[in-house]
Amino acid sequence: MTSNENTHLQSYRELILVVIALLALTGLTVMVSRLDLGRLRVAVSLSIAAVKAGLVLLFFMHMKDSGRLIAVTFLATVLTVTILITFIFLDLPYR
Amino acid sequence: MTHRDDIGARYGMWLFLYTEIMLFSGLFVLYAGYYYQYTSYFIEGGKEMDLFIGTLNTAILIISSFMVATSVAAMKRGSKKTVLILLGIAILLGFVFLFNKYLEWSHKFGEGIFPGSDTLINGPHGRIIFFGLYFTLTGLHALHVTVGIIALTVCVIFTKKGAISAERVTILDNVGLYWHLVDLIWIFLFPLFYLIL
Repeated sequence: MTSNENTHLQSYRELILVVIALLALTGLTVMVSRLDLGRLRVAVSLSIAAVKAGLVLLFFMHMKDSGRLIAVTFLATVLTVTILITFIFLDLPYR
Repeated sequence: MTHRDDIGARYGMWLFLYTEIMLFSGLFVLYAGYYYQYTSYFIEGGKEMDLFIGTLNTAILIISSFMVATSVAAMKRGSKKTVLILLGIAILLGFVFLFNKYLEWSHKFGEGIFPGSDTLINGPHGRIIFFGLYFTLTGLHALHVTVGIIALTVCVIFTKKGAISAERVTILDNVGLYWHLVDLIWIFLFPLFYLIL
């Protein structure tokens, strides 16, 4: 028994658009980091990084057509990390 | 015909990637905790980073990732020659990334900044922590880049031998996933060290 699936053919155009977006976002995050945003800086940099990560996951890593199991387990991983960070920062400021 | 389970292989690969995500996340959380404690030292340390090389390396990894993603698409179309060219460029870019890392690290070493150096040990604690995290995280990442280059080279050999083909893309697909994860981790490392969060 072989479960062999050759998913849809990804268009080159799609990949090119994604790489252009990723490079543009890299430029944007560098420019934004030179501005004086004060405390917002962390939020802005990490948001841009998250958008870039989303593009890589969805298009380069085919997350959007890899099925539900991979999407759910990936989100479970992200949730685990979020819990880890949340509870550490619930504790850290009150030491 | 031997048993083959492409979907199972992909699940297995993702499971491995989750462990990699947890490995780096642990260190990211450590960074966050220490950033909270030593914010001013982290900002000062970040200013000592070479923003140009950092940005260049980010672009290099993104383009390299793109080459690998495109090679998977090309392989599914059966254009073997294109695959070999794209993988060749991806590997080359991986080496350029490591070379830049080498320049960066040796520059820091020249300034007397390396784990356990006198300059660091006699300085403030926050600075020791910042550079400790810098060397640990970028070092661990560079190790992953090295492993990725080896895996991509294996893909080149397999493609030449026909072990990877339009009907058998799984190995290339999974190595691609690994290479994209290495890119993904760098996307977060970059602002943490070069854009001085």
